[in-house]
Amino acid sequence: MKKQLNHPGSFIVRALIFLAAALTFGALLFIIFYILIKGIPHIRPELFALHYNTENVSMFPAIVNTVITTVCSLGIAAILGIFTAIYLVEYAKRGNKIVGLIRLTAETLSGIPSIVYGLFGMLFFVTYLEFGYSILAGALTLSIMILPLIMRTTEEALKAVPDSYREASFGLGAGKLRTVFKVVLPSAVPGILAGVILAVGRIVGETAALIYTAGTVAELPEGLFSSGRTLAVHMYALSSEGLYTNQAYATAVVLLVLVLGINTLSAYLSRRLMK
Amino acid sequence: MMKEKIMGGVFFIAAMASILAVLLICVFLFANGIPAMAEIGFFDFILGREWAPTDNPASYGIFPMIVGSLYITAGAILIGVPIGILTAVFMAYYCPKPLYRFLKPATELLAGIPSIVYGFFGLVVLVPLVRMIGGNGNSILTASILLGIMILPTIIGVSESAIRSVPRSYYEGALALGATHERSLFACVLPAAKSGIMAGVILGIGRAIGETMAVIMVAGNQARMPRGILRGVRTLTANIVMEMGYAADLHREALIATGVVLFVFILIINVCFALLKRRSDK
Repeated sequence: MKKQLNHPGSFIVRALIFLAAALTFGALLFIIFYILIKGIPHIRPELFALHYNTENVSMFPAIVNTVITTVCSLGIAAILGIFTAIYLVEYAKRGNKIVGLIRLTAETLSGIPSIVYGLFGMLFFVTYLEFGYSILAGALTLSIMILPLIMRTTEEALKAVPDSYREASFGLGAGKLRTVFKVVLPSAVPGILAGVILAVGRIVGETAALIYTAGTVAELPEGLFSSGRTLAVHMYALSSEGLYTNQAYATAVVLLVLVLGINTLSAYLSRRLMK
Repeated sequence: MMKEKIMGGVFFIAAMASILAVLLICVFLFANGIPAMAEIGFFDFILGREWAPTDNPASYGIFPMIVGSLYITAGAILIGVPIGILTAVFMAYYCPKPLYRFLKPATELLAGIPSIVYGFFGLVVLVPLVRMIGGNGNSILTASILLGIMILPTIIGVSESAIRSVPRSYYEGALALGATHERSLFACVLPAAKSGIMAGVILGIGRAIGETMAVIMVAGNQARMPRGILRGVRTLTANIVMEMGYAADLHREALIATGVVLFVFILIINVCFALLKRRSDK
């Protein structure tokens, strides 16, 4: 304490540092607990009724839509992302110009805001390919959006596999393909899974890219070509209409718990990988 | 052997997907946006101060929205950057290890909260708070505070790794010369991590300027020149979402052109980020 009083400047700086950290984590806790405390009392069984109407404001169709959208976009993005990472780590030669280009485009993609993806999805999938406002158009748009995320995490997971594994596999006479699928990929699974789960979190929380691609119909979809709003879009509709604040609170709770649970799972998996 | 060749080809084709995606995005945005800019007149569009697409004759000036986006982003930076950098310092040099195991995932949770939940939180908590200061609460100030919180995880994450990559010997050298803990950090470690921290700030700017849903819910969205931080404003992103639902013809194309302007902003920011990152990696 005496030492600190000899340097009042340092003391003030230290106080500011602790204040900033307190603000950051205070804001996080405040947001989470505010939503939970205000929202949990409004969670009622009718919010999960099979069909949506203006009486029950059910979020069940939105949850179904979210699941379908997530499965579709993951199906596409995971395959493309993992294959791209395999190409970058296992196949591409050092100093290959294409590799630099792929990295550059992936970085560009990860910086593009979701509303621009939404615009592109509307122009390309909805209008040009004539899918109309549909879950498929939404899922395809989102799959481009999460592609760089899956690519990067898979790449890191593959790079973390020691070269000795590959050499041992080659030494036993396995070909490149067999080495990749039987040796490298299995040992990179936790890392890849962490990335995929993080991508699920982004899909579930996404709104701006979906409003003008998947549309805002609040009903159960008849197929991939029918419009349907995901939980996040549902929540936007509720809170911007201003009539259903209580239901919006309840939806926020469901959304928040889902996304935070997903992110925690992903963090847990990637920590296990680090060990 | 055949199978090896085929799968090698498959991996290569998959790797082309991201290049194809960027190309398609550029082509479709520009092809749909540029004609509208040409029809309205490039300078009338960018610098026009009036946005009244349903008037007769209609005017399509997005200058108020450009200024609105810049004001809100600047506000978010003013609030988010100091707090973010100081928190990064805390994480790297002050945080006890057992606590760090909880706080590090906590910053990632902050990044994971969906923007619509942030927006709703802003609507029910921040808007009434700002209303007590003045105005109706939907304002530049509200949006700046909310965005300032939203860009924290980006800035903390990038700054923390930049600070950690500064060799420990810098810090120890300063301590050995008799500097206090804080002085060593701010006079030696932070300047050495400067370009990494700047990269984080630029990434934060990109996030803030592209944020849509949270801003729509708290910024008021009036399409006119901003008149003070307690008054409402509309951003480029909000302009697209608010009006795309009912726009047709030139109005619709003008909204796409708004997206093009936003896209160009983001591309410039990305280039700055890549350049700075390359410099800090060296």
